[in-house]
Amino acid sequence: MIEFRLETRSGIAPYLQIVQQVKHALRLGMLKTGDQLPTVKEVVGSVAINPNTVLKAYRELERAGLVEGRPGVGTFVLKGLDGPPPHAHAALRRSLLRWIRNALEAGLDHDSVEALFDSTFREAAEEEIA
Amino acid sequence: MNALEASGLSKRYGKHWALENCSFELPAGSIAGLVGPNGAGKTTLLHIAVGLLEQTRGSMRILGEQPGDRGVLSRVGFVAQDSPLYKGFSVEEMLRFGAHTNSQFDLDLAHARLSRLEIPFDQKAGSLSGGQRAQVALALAFAKHPEILLLDEPLASLDPLARREFLQILMEGVVDSGPTVVLSSHLLTDLERVCDHMMVLARGRFRLIDDTNDIVKTHKILIGPRERAGSISGVAQVLHQSTTDRQATLLVRTNGPIIDPSWMVNQASLEDVVLAYLDTRTATDAAEPELRAVTTEVAR
Repeated sequence: MIEFRLETRSGIAPYLQIVQQVKHALRLGMLKTGDQLPTVKEVVGSVAINPNTVLKAYRELERAGLVEGRPGVGTFVLKGLDGPPPHAHAALRRSLLRWIRNALEAGLDHDSVEALFDSTFREAAEEEIA
Repeated sequence: MNALEASGLSKRYGKHWALENCSFELPAGSIAGLVGPNGAGKTTLLHIAVGLLEQTRGSMRILGEQPGDRGVLSRVGFVAQDSPLYKGFSVEEMLRFGAHTNSQFDLDLAHARLSRLEIPFDQKAGSLSGGQRAQVALALAFAKHPEILLLDEPLASLDPLARREFLQILMEGVVDSGPTVVLSSHLLTDLERVCDHMMVLARGRFRLIDDTNDIVKTHKILIGPRERAGSISGVAQVLHQSTTDRQATLLVRTNGPIIDPSWMVNQASLEDVVLAYLDTRTATDAAEPELRAVTTEVAR
């Protein structure tokens, strides 16, 4: 079983935070096929949010085929989320490090590097959606 | 069905209008935050809804009935400001009193709730902490199995920990029995977590009443060149504006996408938006037909 944490100041909608935390737990294997998610009552009893927010998050996870709601019983994990294999991570990290060094050598300061990464990342993510 | 609705509701004390021409509909099952500064008319509105006060003009319906009707009172839970309890009564005596005076009273439920919170049943109400008193008042209200629960500033006198605990227990109760909840408060961050509707009241008038998701979706913060702040495509109304000699930061209500690239578009938090509506300098009335039309358009 997992627990949720909500960050009200993050600007991310609370239901999305729940979705992200479930996906994160699936990716890291803290949630496995057949595991039960906390009931709506358990979630609102621990983080004091609107029950519909939890329902919306669970519906979203259901639509993504990750969990299944069984009426009167609860919500259960259908399948885990496979992340990329560990060596892919390491290789990506090396190329990102190279990029950061290049950026610093080109005279960008830390903030500019972050801003450039963020804006490029957002652009790429938007292209992916569109 | 609407759990609560008003039409042209007005209340006058002497020469002062505490509520002026308030019209709204709150669908059953909502958890609504009634927000406004002190003296905005929140308590007056709640007192009319439970039949403690009578309006000067207009009408109000609660669960489809006239407020104060015998039939409807047993279906309404109300916790007045500062959770008033009989100070000389022990917790147990208060529960028994509740069971005597309400035919539907669920004594077992109240017992179960309060023992989970480790509230001593033999203690006098007068010596309970603020948080415990609020929990006892909430347990008494829930034991009636109300279809609508009205809470007047239940969080105001509680410390942050007690506030969180109160909201946790309140939300658990909502999952169990699904009443409509109206919660008045001026603590926006607490309301933001639990409310799906916001009713913003200032100086006796509603400035904004809407679904919180829609509120967040239709309001944005724009940052851009000052000289182009005059008319921006997609902006229905500028609620708040701060400018330097070159730059303008605007909090706006949108009626379409903002495509002009000279404006950086940021999310507005619910708190930003509510505060802008509370600011009486942007004195728009939620009852204005133009605002209504825009909100329904966006909802579609």
